Amino acid sequence: MDNVLLGLSRYVLPFLIALYALNGFLPTPPYMQTLLLMLFHLGGFTVLSIRMDIPALPYACMLELLIFIGILILWRVLYPKADQLILNHCCMFLSIGSLMICRLSWDRFFRQLLISGISLCLCLMIPLIMLKFKNLRRFTWTYGLSGILLLSIVMAAGAVSRGARLSWTIAGVTFQPSEFVKIIFVFYVAGMLSPLMSKLSPDEILMHNASRRRLISATLVSGAHILILVLSRDLGSALIFFIVYAMMLYAALRSGWVLVLAALGGSMAAVLGYQFFSHVRTRVLAWRDPFSYIDGQGYQITQSLFAIGTGGWFGMGLNMGSPDKIPIAAQDFIFSAIAEELGSLSALCLILICISTFLLFMNIAMSTKEAYYKLVALGLSVTYIFQVFLTLGGVTKFIPLTGVTLPLVSYGGSSILSMLIIFSLIQGIYLKRMEEKTAPFPERYRPRQGIQGNARKEKNSYANGKGRKKQRSQA
Amino acid sequence: MAKAGKSRDPRHEFYVIIYIFLLLLILLMGYMVHYVAFEASAAINSSYNTRQQNLEKLVIRGTIFAANGEILAEQAMNESHNEVRYYPYKELFAHAVGFSTHGKSGVEKAANISLLTSNAPVEERLKKELSGLRNYGDNIYTSFDVGLQKAASDALGIYRGAAVVLEAKTGRVLAMVSKPDFDPNTVSQNWAAISAQTDKSPLLNRATQGLYPPGSTFKMLTLLEYMREHPSSYSEFQYKCSGSFTEDDVTVECYHGSVHGNVDLKAAFEKSCNSAFAYMGSSLDLNTFKETSEELLFNKELPLDLSYNMSKFPITPDAGTEEILHTAIGQGNILATPMHIAMITAAIANDGILMCPYEIDKKTNYLGALLESYSPREYGRVMTQEEAAVEREYMSDVVINGTGRGLINDKYTVAGKTGSAEYGTIKGQSHAWFTGFSPAEKPEVVVTVLMEGAGSGSDYAVPVAKQILDAYYMDR
Repeated sequence: MDNVLLGLSRYVLPFLIALYALNGFLPTPPYMQTLLLMLFHLGGFTVLSIRMDIPALPYACMLELLIFIGILILWRVLYPKADQLILNHCCMFLSIGSLMICRLSWDRFFRQLLISGISLCLCLMIPLIMLKFKNLRRFTWTYGLSGILLLSIVMAAGAVSRGARLSWTIAGVTFQPSEFVKIIFVFYVAGMLSPLMSKLSPDEILMHNASRRRLISATLVSGAHILILVLSRDLGSALIFFIVYAMMLYAALRSGWVLVLAALGGSMAAVLGYQFFSHVRTRVLAWRDPFSYIDGQGYQITQSLFAIGTGGWFGMGLNMGSPDKIPIAAQDFIFSAIAEELGSLSALCLILICISTFLLFMNIAMSTKEAYYKLVALGLSVTYIFQVFLTLGGVTKFIPLTGVTLPLVSYGGSSILSMLIIFSLIQGIYLKRMEEKTAPFPERYRPRQGIQGNARKEKNSYANGKGRKKQRSQA
Repeated sequence: MAKAGKSRDPRHEFYVIIYIFLLLLILLMGYMVHYVAFEASAAINSSYNTRQQNLEKLVIRGTIFAANGEILAEQAMNESHNEVRYYPYKELFAHAVGFSTHGKSGVEKAANISLLTSNAPVEERLKKELSGLRNYGDNIYTSFDVGLQKAASDALGIYRGAAVVLEAKTGRVLAMVSKPDFDPNTVSQNWAAISAQTDKSPLLNRATQGLYPPGSTFKMLTLLEYMREHPSSYSEFQYKCSGSFTEDDVTVECYHGSVHGNVDLKAAFEKSCNSAFAYMGSSLDLNTFKETSEELLFNKELPLDLSYNMSKFPITPDAGTEEILHTAIGQGNILATPMHIAMITAAIANDGILMCPYEIDKKTNYLGALLESYSPREYGRVMTQEEAAVEREYMSDVVINGTGRGLINDKYTVAGKTGSAEYGTIKGQSHAWFTGFSPAEKPEVVVTVLMEGAGSGSDYAVPVAKQILDAYYMDR
């Protein structure tokens, strides 16, 4: 019986992920996805319970499932209009991640469970805060300067300890400031650039003194962020900040020249980085020809390629591969571990879920009216999807490795918390927009009665698949 | 542009950004699909991939066959009912087929992933998987000829060395022997004892990994280089051999103190006159000499899926007289593997086109259904047809008039080159070489023999080559 179950699981788990991913693009009701996600979670952990001899495992699995259910219910109660698909995706990422982390290390799984549980609860408050505090823009300069300050401190500390991974450990919890600076950076840039969105054209912006000053100082402060990150050898984060700024500037100025300039500047910076930094050269070397440096710089990437290749389309089955052979498998290389044991088909479907998440985010950004939040949503969406691209491209040898984590799937407290904050902020922006439309007097906001009536309408239109389109045309 | 911008869809930039990232991720997915579908099976056969053993939990390792269907390696049960890898021919294919029980070598290594991949019918695979049983891995048919392999092994006898037999037109490896050998059935149990014999190094596949000075067999290359530098006048070469050649206080002597008298190029080659070749070497352009040797794959990776060592031709343009003279006669710092010398000989036999040696003919599933058959692969042209023709003519004379006379018989013709490569510090110690092909006029088969420290090529390697060729023609 066990054999049949385990044998089937090799095909059932990828099938469930594929079905889930498919639902992300079809107008099926969100509860279908919730159901699939729970089936996947239960199925995956059942296999692990049989194959790994840890008595507490089934209980931990149930605990995590309860957390998911609890969080989904709480969101539904507190914010009936929140986007269900984003919530589902968030739980799905956490579920796939914790399944893999559990298979790699029970201790880490348990820590991750605690951290994600607490983070999920904390993030419940974010939309509330956003609805309460109307003027987040007021602190724009605080965001920019504290970002620079935080990154500088980390760089100084990193220089002293000569550590590559930049983090602080406070009371047993490792804290990686750059993960959070990513978020306030987006708020800073949005605060600086959103007034420009009402201006008529890039030329007029450049003619207008105040706007020009705004543009220059935004560029300088962003450049300072990137420079500090480059100097602290955190190239992955530096690249993310650069791309996020370029995309936000493009959306604010509405000029294709921004993309051209960014492409030119980025290429020049890449060439300079290659010339001046030996660690950039080794990364490129290990990317071009990892098998020639298999004992050294190419070790990580070849292990990752072995994992993906040996797993094949359907994977070795949970706990049947050797993902522990990949260095930092639970963080930067979690995708390879998933591909090895759950198969490349599952891994490809995971990419589809990431794409679906990005599209949902961008949809919210597009339909938000207020320029400031429009830009914030855009910046956060780009932060998310570009980080996904960097980590997946790196571990598949599509691009050189940059050492970033896969959002919500990888192990790591800061990574999880910061990404949950991003997901919640996007939800907050979504809810804010709904509120703009429904409540004539925003300051008299009452969570229970004010929104719920409308929520049912929203849910219905969503269920028959037209909700999303309708919202877009209204915006 | 600016004005037009305002009249556009206000979401234009957002769509552009969506398309940019969608494109990036779709390219990434395409790249990954391509890797898994086409590149992974070759990549994961790397010996660094320790995951291969995970596959053994899912698949029963496939069987390896000889060209005529004899089983060379299979899974079997031992007396205590444990599954073991069984090699019926014991030592005979110790290096060629190799072993998979303590690390991997030979064909067991080259085809490891295929042997551990099951292409049994889908229903059967699914059924077994669901009942927790392992599936049967795919089978490998090699090009090895058991009779020829046995003849080569017997001919080498107690000598340390190697013998390689290739099909001239295709590069198929018909036999590959390395001595001393070991029993792959017990290699795992006896690992400590076998690997402790550092003086004998039985684990080393001397055919592909043993690096030896090529001695006079290298004159095939010196001759080629001389022809290239003197395309119209090489046939007018004249030298009066008095038993030695001296330049700048460096003296090169002919083997066993022979005195060859007046020789032209052909006579110098067939008598293997060191003095004449040293004289020739003193005038060669070292840069083009190096280029020629590298065209023939010295200092280069060989197109071979077995473990091998790269042959070396390390001379630099500022080399001293001693190194230059010794290089011309295949001594000095030149090192080559027997397989590499066999490949060069095969290129000469094949009108100048080098074929990639291969030892796997086809792959079937465990029921025998063909999955993939491997056809000969051209590496490329390494010399002109005319150059190859001259080489063949000269090599033919080596057997008719020169150092290879021991191969004259009335059943078949042979062309080749002997070599007595001195090594170490004691004078007179030499590795015996012979490399050649047969029939001389229309080459079918290439034989290369190396015997460590045996003596001269004509006395020791030539009789071994003859025994191997006798066996080859006995079946035909």
